[in-house]
Amino acid sequence: MSETIKVPTMAEYMAQGKQPEVLFWVGCAGSFDDRAKKITKAFVKLLNNAGVDFAVLGTEESCTGDPAKRAGNEFLFQMQAVTNIEVMNAYEVKKVVTACPHCFNTINNEYPQLGGNYEVMHHTQFLKSLMNEGRLKVEGGKFKGKRITFHDPCYLGRANGEYEAPRDLLRKLEVELVEMKRCKTKGLCCGAGGAQMFKEPEPGTKDINIERTQEAIEAKPEVIAAGCPFCNTMMTDGVKGENKEGEIEVMDVAEMIATAQDL
Amino acid sequence: MQYLPNIIFLLILVAGVGYFTYNIKKVIRNIKLGLPVSVSDKAERWANVGRIAIGQSKMVVRPVSGALHIVVYLGFVIMNIEMLEIIIDGLFGTHRIFSSYLGGLYGVLIGTFEILAVLVFVSVIVFWIRRNIVKIKRFMSKEMTGWPKNDGNTILYFEMVLMGLFLTMNATDVHFQEMNNGNVISQYIAGWFSGVEVGTLHIIERAAWWIHITGILIFLNYLYFSKHLHIMLAFPNVFFGRVTPKGQFKNNEAVTKEVKMMMDPNVDPFAAPPAGEEQAVPAKFGASDVMDLSQVQLLNAYTCTECGRCTSDCPANITGKKLSPRKIMMDTRDRLEEVGKNIDANKGVFVPDNKQLLGDYISEEELWACTSCNACVEACPVSIDPLSIIMEMRQYLVMEKSAAPNELNVTMTNIENNGAPWPFNQQDRLNWSQE
Ligand code: SF4
Ligand code: SF4
Repeated sequence: MSETIKVPTMAEYMAQGKQPEVLFWVGCAGSFDDRAKKITKAFVKLLNNAGVDFAVLGTEESCTGDPAKRAGNEFLFQMQAVTNIEVMNAYEVKKVVTACPHCFNTINNEYPQLGGNYEVMHHTQFLKSLMNEGRLKVEGGKFKGKRITFHDPCYLGRANGEYEAPRDLLRKLEVELVEMKRCKTKGLCCGAGGAQMFKEPEPGTKDINIERTQEAIEAKPEVIAAGCPFCNTMMTDGVKGENKEGEIEVMDVAEMIATAQDL
Repeated sequence: MQYLPNIIFLLILVAGVGYFTYNIKKVIRNIKLGLPVSVSDKAERWANVGRIAIGQSKMVVRPVSGALHIVVYLGFVIMNIEMLEIIIDGLFGTHRIFSSYLGGLYGVLIGTFEILAVLVFVSVIVFWIRRNIVKIKRFMSKEMTGWPKNDGNTILYFEMVLMGLFLTMNATDVHFQEMNNGNVISQYIAGWFSGVEVGTLHIIERAAWWIHITGILIFLNYLYFSKHLHIMLAFPNVFFGRVTPKGQFKNNEAVTKEVKMMMDPNVDPFAAPPAGEEQAVPAKFGASDVMDLSQVQLLNAYTCTECGRCTSDCPANITGKKLSPRKIMMDTRDRLEEVGKNIDANKGVFVPDNKQLLGDYISEEELWACTSCNACVEACPVSIDPLSIIMEMRQYLVMEKSAAPNELNVTMTNIENNGAPWPFNQQDRLNWSQE
């Protein structure tokens, strides 16, 4: 992963008096988490490859406030939201794409009441539209015929009713798509949402990510496909906990498409 | 004396309906203790009532209990037509008044009721077996001991007895059996009474008729004390259920005002509010007691059927945490009832009792176990939203009590200072592109 990727910023676009087609909202995990950064880069490669005119906010981006709101700190959430909205509105942002379902949900559903109105897409939705427009090639390659199961992120699935975009992409990769017992509307959470990612779980009999990973393992996949950086971490930890690292990979849908294309 | 039965019937009817109305008024008053809500999207809401409440669309997600429930539900709704005849007969001393007007149609109606009665009887027995012999996990949770457990069974016994009485009353009705119009099931039961003389039969028939109608009125009044209130409240509850995406959590307007003020350079934060304008800051952020919740959330609590579909899909509960979304709803109802009784006992005003929903009913440990995954909201067949109550109580804990778990305080400090939940510098946010 060393070849150069092009990541223009909104400020650079502004300096040239131009507007990009879409703002790529990277998110905190996508910017700082080592595992998630790989997803970010894979997605950027796909954008570059498809010739998408995009930009990021870079250092002007800040946490959407999702974990603050779900932890109960409405004040901190709204401060974050209003600050981000001011930045985006100043750049006259119309369309946003993000690889994080939490950012997607927050900007899509919770920013409008605070003055931020944008067309927001999850990266799987955006990639699907690129594919439909013929700008992005999604085909089998390395994953052709492999058993893959998709773990629905709560904030993409139940929270926003999107179950098909990631699956459509996976089908185009010609994988053998197998479903876990609990999937789509019934999909089990990975355990990270509602700010759980940032704290120890309450006492119980099991960690949620272990419960979910065991269910995924029952489906006997070669890859557990994810669409959220937090799910990805949770499932990766789960796979390690179950000593299946050698056999099962946890990959973002964008990474799979990029890998299939040898990007 | 000739009119004595009519008078007794009238008295029973008035008492039954009267006490029920009295209690329902209390339910409405208690719900109104909550914060008012404004509703838009009426068309979508009516569509939901049609699909989810009338159409039972969410019940059938679990096919076995869903199908059985539809039988009991249809039985309940359709057999209520028979109530009209029973009431007219009782008040005017007539006997099967509709039979002389409806002719063949009467047979069709009563025949349908008889078949439904048998189906309901069988379904209710299966329900009982599921609860008491198969012991389906979601009926065995901690919160389902004592009253909630007995309540579930009592309803089933009620239904068995009422269906049995309905069929007995038809089977022992000599006149009805002679009509041979609609006695599709009861003609076989009538066979069991073949040796009994007509006079005794008449007594059995009358007894079954009276116990049946009295039983129905007792059942009606039992609803208020039971999870069975959902047979009425499910309809308004679905109407008021959420129509926005499940991921969209409520925006706290009071906070918005404060934030806007802080962000606006033209506002002097120390200035007194303009004369006549009320102080915008509410008494309290989030919810610690039932009065802080919305009327819809309180309606939710009265509507909950304690079916446990939410809890059995809850990732926290599945992995042994204390949190159970069903318990959140049951606690809310119990506390609301307690507040209601307090108001009754104190001539219409609530006298603080040093108790509240948070702490005395719902523990912080339960609240912090939630992943906000919306599985409970998705699972609920009557559009209840336990998650919204959890989130508002968290808001109270954090904004009023600064009582977040320590790791979350660290996370929030990071967000405030670095714009990320981890201690990274915002200036490094684009470094990934160079790595
Ligand atoms: S939203 Fe919370 S209470 Fe509801 S199912 Fe998920 S973890 Fe359980
Ligand atoms: S909240 Fe809904 S799903 Fe949960 S127990 Fe009550 S009625 Fe059942």
